[in-house]
Amino acid sequence: MTPLDYEYLRRLLKERSGLDLSADKQYLVESRLVPLARRSNLAGIPELVQRLKSGAEPLTSDVVEAMTTNETFFFRDKIPFDHLKEAVLPALIQARAARRSLRIWCAASSTGQEPYSIAMCLKEAGAALAGWRTEIVATDLSQGVLEKSKAGLFSQFEVQRGLPIQLLVKYFTQKGELWQLNADIRGMVQHRQLNLLQDLSHLGTFDVIFCRNVLIYFDQDTKAGIFAKLVRMLEPDGVLALGAAESVVGITNLFKAYPDRRGLYQPSNAPVARAGALPHVLKAVAAR
Amino acid sequence: MRTCLVVDDSSVIRKVARRILEGLDFQIVEAEDGEKALEVCKRAMPEAVLLDWNMPVMDGYEFLGNLRRMPGGDQPKVVFCTTENDVAHIARALHAGANEYIMKPFDKDIVTAKFQEVGLI
Repeated sequence: MTPLDYEYLRRLLKERSGLDLSADKQYLVESRLVPLARRSNLAGIPELVQRLKSGAEPLTSDVVEAMTTNETFFFRDKIPFDHLKEAVLPALIQARAARRSLRIWCAASSTGQEPYSIAMCLKEAGAALAGWRTEIVATDLSQGVLEKSKAGLFSQFEVQRGLPIQLLVKYFTQKGELWQLNADIRGMVQHRQLNLLQDLSHLGTFDVIFCRNVLIYFDQDTKAGIFAKLVRMLEPDGVLALGAAESVVGITNLFKAYPDRRGLYQPSNAPVARAGALPHVLKAVAAR
Repeated sequence: MRTCLVVDDSSVIRKVARRILEGLDFQIVEAEDGEKALEVCKRAMPEAVLLDWNMPVMDGYEFLGNLRRMPGGDQPKVVFCTTENDVAHIARALHAGANEYIMKPFDKDIVTAKFQEVGLI
């Protein structure tokens, strides 16, 4: 791969997906795109770049998809989901008691482990959410990972990374070598292809946004631009969850840290939470 | 340092498990069947047990029942680690008092995730 080819691919990926590759990532590009070039009957990356320059749109999408990282697992990092169960859901159940509905968005949902982890959290909340309308919207840049997510089929390795065995028994059915999420959990999640760089306003507003382990691939300006979109899509008392290696610090003042819950953020103008004991039913949610 | 008892009739599996668990700062004690594992527990109760199901002399399921009836036997976190990977076996293990369940084959990530899940790391 020539330096010019690499520069072309860097620019293309930045424009199309926001992915910000540093100058020393040629090895990554080669390891992901050489197999793609071969599958496309091209000799190598120079030929792939030539084809891209001629405007081959499906191939451009394939390149973007091949370069995006889709690593994920159930209840990744555990703590954000503990926060969801112990703090976020109890507070929202109290705050939304009149309208009895919740909207949650997974902004880079990959193969589905994150939105389905959230779905299981909601299911485990049991009676506290009985009769509520709950909506989980799972979006990703890659149509391929969304298709896998929709199927809800996971390998033995995938169901063992982060998923408590009790939840496996409760919410999955064995299908030969694979495990499939039961239809009631799959039905809680809507899938949509979405590029975070594009207009997101059609998605509406959410009570909770999980945008985890995706902003790390973007440069500072792109991150700031996405935070500006996210804050408009979040209810004033809503909650944003970021990945363990991500933060708003030094990037935006639109969000502030959620008290005592690392990795969670609220809009800077969020109302201050009222002190006081949680109603009995909400303590039960937090204890699950 | 906390102790993990690795119970498996395969010396290869015990070796692999030892290497992973030592990397997670556990001191390892090995046993090749349930009966020998019970003797280990009578001498000193471990904090964790990584337990195979199918073993000669006394299988993992019988060992777990005996362990949970011993004084202090409710304390160790027991993680089954077995090729018995159908729902019926998993449910039976949980009913008998297992805290987690690993389906073989396994790797370091899976062991780490399961030990985190039960609060061992």
